Amino acid sequence: MKKIHYREWGIESPRYWGLLALLGAVIAVAGFAVLYKESQGLWITGMNNQVVWGLPHVFAIFLIVAASGALNVASISSVFDQKMYKPLARLSGLLAMTLLVGGLLILVLDLGQPDRLIVAMTTYNFKSIFAWNVLLYVGFLAIVAVYLFTMMERKANKYTKMAGTFAFVWRLVLTTGTGSIFGFIVARQGYDAAIMAPMFIIMSFAYGLAFFMLMLMFTFNADGREIGDKVMNRLRRLLGVFTAAIFYFVVVYHLTNLYGTENHAYEAFILLNGGIYTQLFWGGWVLAGLLVPMAILFHPALSQSRGAIIAACLLVILGGLSAMYVVVIGGQAFPMSMFPGHTIIESGFYDGVNGEIAAYSPSLVELLLGLGGVAVAIIAALIAVRILQFLPASLSDEVVDPHHG
Amino acid sequence: MIVSQTENSAIDENRREFLSVAGKAAAATVVAPGVFLHTVGNAAPRSEPVTDAVRYGMLIDTSKCADGCSDCVSACDKENGLDMLIKPEGASDEAWARQKPRWIRSVKLKDNLTGKVTSLPMMCQHCEHPPCVDVCPTGASFRRDDGIVMVDRHTCIGCRYCMMACPYKARSFIHEHVQLKPTAAPRGKGCVESCTLCVHRLDNGGTTTACQDACSSGAIVFGDLRDPDSEVSKAMAKHSTTQLRADLKLNTGVRYRGV
Repeated sequence: MKKIHYREWGIESPRYWGLLALLGAVIAVAGFAVLYKESQGLWITGMNNQVVWGLPHVFAIFLIVAASGALNVASISSVFDQKMYKPLARLSGLLAMTLLVGGLLILVLDLGQPDRLIVAMTTYNFKSIFAWNVLLYVGFLAIVAVYLFTMMERKANKYTKMAGTFAFVWRLVLTTGTGSIFGFIVARQGYDAAIMAPMFIIMSFAYGLAFFMLMLMFTFNADGREIGDKVMNRLRRLLGVFTAAIFYFVVVYHLTNLYGTENHAYEAFILLNGGIYTQLFWGGWVLAGLLVPMAILFHPALSQSRGAIIAACLLVILGGLSAMYVVVIGGQAFPMSMFPGHTIIESGFYDGVNGEIAAYSPSLVELLLGLGGVAVAIIAALIAVRILQFLPASLSDEVVDPHHG
Repeated sequence: MIVSQTENSAIDENRREFLSVAGKAAAATVVAPGVFLHTVGNAAPRSEPVTDAVRYGMLIDTSKCADGCSDCVSACDKENGLDMLIKPEGASDEAWARQKPRWIRSVKLKDNLTGKVTSLPMMCQHCEHPPCVDVCPTGASFRRDDGIVMVDRHTCIGCRYCMMACPYKARSFIHEHVQLKPTAAPRGKGCVESCTLCVHRLDNGGTTTACQDACSSGAIVFGDLRDPDSEVSKAMAKHSTTQLRADLKLNTGVRYRGV
C-alpha cells in the first residue's frame, strides 16, 4: 500500500473561525445555563424525585457510547489488520477522545455536587459500576492518547498494534460498564437485564461510526479532499450491518420480556400506551434509527448517494438519542411494582397511583447542557484536525487500493 | 495581730464545714448528670463505635393504620426539618410537589382481586443488602452495623444513582438551597437523603422514632430485632410478617403485617 500522507485541515480561515464562533456560542450559552443551575439547584430542571436522570443523561450516555464506538475504525485497522481503514485510524482515535470528554463534561456538570469531583475521583466503592466507570473513562482517555501517539510518531509505529489491542479491549469493558449501569439495577422492570451490556456495545458500534462518517465527510468536503467509493462503500456497509445488529438486539430484548407475564405491563408501556415513550420507541428508535437507515444503506441506488448516506448517519444518531431517552427516562417513568396483586390508589410520593407514569418534561437548561457537551466534542475535534495531522490527504480509490487490505 | 485560739478554731470549723458542703455539692453536680445519662435503653454512649449487637427494625401493622391519617408523616417532617423547606421562588406548585423531599409517605392500596383497601406508611426499608449502598460510587450511601442505612452528606456527590437503584423509591434529592435545617438532620443542596430511623435520637440515648411516637393506633413498632424481648420482636413472633418486594431477598429491617 502506498505511503499515507496526512495533512492539517485546510478549510478557509473565515469559514473555520465562523464554525468555531458558532460552536463557541453554543458552549457559552450552555455554560451560563450550567452556572445558573449551580447557583439555583436542580429545581430549575424537569428532573424530580421520581425521574432523577433526564435529558443531560440522555446526551451524556449517548456521547459516551458513541465515543467507544468511534474507536472501532482504528481498531479494525490496528487489531484486525484491515489496511483500508489505516488512514482513518487517527481521526477515529481523536473522535473517541473528544466524544468522551463531551459526555463526561455533561455528566459531571449535572451532579448535585460537581465541586466534589475530587471526592468522586479519590473515594471509591468498588462494588459500584459507577466507581469502575470513573476509572474506565479516565483510563480510556489515557490509553487512546497513547494509541494516537504510537500512530502519529513514526518511531512508535511498531507499538500501534499492541496499543490498539489494549484500547480495543478497554473500550469493550468500558461500554459493558456503561450498559451495566442499567443492567445491574434490580429495582426497575426496564433494566435488570444482562442484555443491556452487549446491546450497548452494539449500539456504540453504530453511533460511533455514524458520527465518525459525518465528521469525515464534512471535513473532507470543506477541504476539497476526495473520499473514494471504495472507502465509502466499506463504511456504509459496516454502518448498515451494525444497525441491523442493533435491530436484532432490540427484537431479542422485547421478545424475551414479552414471554414473561410479569413484564407485560412494562412492554405495553413501551410498545403501546406509553405516550411519548412509545412514539420515541417506534418513530425514533426503530423507524428513523434502524429501519430507514438500513433501507438506505443497503439500497443499490440510494447507498451510492453521498447525500443519502449523510441522511442515514443523521438518522442513526437521532435513533440513538431516542433510544437513550426511552431507556433512561422511560425506564424511570414506569412505576415500580412494589405491591404485586395490588393497585396503588393513593400515595404521598407519586408511587404510580393507578398505574400513572412519572411526569417528566425536559427543561431548556437540560437541553442546553446536553447540546453544550456535543458542541465541546465537535469543537475539540475541529481544532485538533486543524492544528495536527489527523486527516489523511486523500481517500480516493487510487490512493487507498483495496487489493492490499 | 494576735488572734486567740478560740477564734481561729471557730473560723476553721466554719471553713471546714463550708468546704465539706461545697465539696459534696460539687461532687453531686458532677456525678448526677452521669447518673441521669445512664438510661434504660441499650443505646451506647456516642463515644463508642456502633456494633451489630443491635439491629434496628420496625414492624408496621397495616390493619392498625387509620385511613386518611398522616400523623407519622407530619411527625417525621417536623423531627427532621422537612417542614422547614420552602418552595423556591419561581417554582410551580406542581414541580415543587414532585421535587421536595419526603422520608415517609402514606400509601393506600387496593387488592386487585378482592378490592380490599389497605393503608400503610412507607419509608426506607433499611435492607441488610441495600442496592443503594451497592451502587453508590463514593460509598456515601452506607449501612451502619446496627442496621441503619443512611447517606454521608460529606461524601455524597449527588449523582442520584442510589435513587435509581432503590426498589422502594425511598430516597429524596435536595433540589434547592436550604435556608433552615436542624442540626439533627443537616441537609444541603445537591445531596441525597432518606429515613434514618431517627438515628440522632438513638445515638443520644433515645429508643423510639418520631413516627412511632406519633402513631396513636400503634401501627408502628420500632426496636431491636436482635433482642427477643423487645416490643418489635415480640410482635413479629406473634404474627406472620412480610417484606416488601421479598423476591429481591434484601432482608429488610422494616416488615409489614397485612400486605
